[in-house]
Amino acid sequence: MATEAHAAEGATGYIVHHLTPLSVGEGFWTLHLDTLFFSAVLGGLFVWFFKTAAERATSDVPGLVQNFAEMMIEFVDSQVKDSFHGKSELIAPLALTIFCWVFLFNFMDLFPVDLLPMIGSMMGIEYLRVVPSTDLNATFAMSISVFFLIIFYSIKVKGPWGFAKELMFQPFGPWLLPFNLLLKLVEELAKPISLALRLFGNLYAGELIFILIALLPWAIQPALSFPWAIFHILIITLQAFIFMVLTIVYLSMAHEDH
Amino acid sequence: MSINATLIGQMITFALLVWFTMKFVWPPLYQSLEERKKKIADGLAAAEKGQEEMDLAEKRAINVLKEAKEKSADIVNLAQKRANEIVEESKDAAKKEGERLLVAAQAQIDQELQQVKESLRKEVSSLALNAAEQILSAEIDQAKHQEILNKVSNQIG
Repeated sequence: MATEAHAAEGATGYIVHHLTPLSVGEGFWTLHLDTLFFSAVLGGLFVWFFKTAAERATSDVPGLVQNFAEMMIEFVDSQVKDSFHGKSELIAPLALTIFCWVFLFNFMDLFPVDLLPMIGSMMGIEYLRVVPSTDLNATFAMSISVFFLIIFYSIKVKGPWGFAKELMFQPFGPWLLPFNLLLKLVEELAKPISLALRLFGNLYAGELIFILIALLPWAIQPALSFPWAIFHILIITLQAFIFMVLTIVYLSMAHEDH
Repeated sequence: MSINATLIGQMITFALLVWFTMKFVWPPLYQSLEERKKKIADGLAAAEKGQEEMDLAEKRAINVLKEAKEKSADIVNLAQKRANEIVEESKDAAKKEGERLLVAAQAQIDQELQQVKESLRKEVSSLALNAAEQILSAEIDQAKHQEILNKVSNQIG
């Protein structure tokens, strides 16, 4: 497939083809169908697995599914307890959802780069980008949701006036109000942007490297793609973990009153 | 690379996932974890209690054993003492019986001695008479021998 595409459109064409999403609509109202489809399927997979575990949950000897689900729960719970000292029914499930969803997004990266697009092209789908986290929309959707939650909890915990005071009078006191405001706004806005871009950048680059490896002669490919795939197992887990931990940290900062 | 309406769709999916996890996934799993934690803690406490009780029972058993040993030693001592007493008593009884038998035997011996003496006297006197008759038949000198006979008779009597 790689060599055919290489022959047909050249290396650039192959890369661009792989990074073009399947979209419908015009302008802002464009929908990336592949991103929406795969993220929904992966979300469904996550929910189905954990729902199965939750339905069968007993305090007796756990089965394999429950064991794994509980391992994840304990892992997430310990992360939440490490940095968040309040009581919240949202943060731990949110962190679990983020970790699993992002991990599954990233995991799509480990499928051979041509496998799913080839199946898609057999079914008449021209473009298919299978890794949702290489779509800025997917990463920003999560980080902006987290951003809204940060604002929501800041106002809820500190009150509208308390939050406004924090924005205006910190860190340099009331005499430098405009400067404080600017600094705080940048700080708050940097949170969702850094969250989304970090994940996007890592996965986009990883995917790009897989595509570049796929352009090489077939005999060299395993020697490069195998170590890169193994390294990528670390990266995808790490990125999911970072997204989760930073979400927890940001939300616990929102809960803290200075 | 453009931000578009996909963002909104993704946010809706994300919100639904978080809501579902919060509502139906996290609480039952977390609860089962907590329940198991409690169960394990209870089990450990019970095990510890059982251990303590066992230690106590062991101590008690040792005490009971010690008491039993002491009691049995007492009983053995008592029995020994009693046996000694019985032996002493029977020794005394045997001694007394022996003495009694000795006395009886002595009495019988005395009696028999007396009898033998009596019969001897009778025999000797008859022998003497016999001898005298034979002497008399050989040589009779009444006057002379009367004197001797008297002497002999006197000696015997």
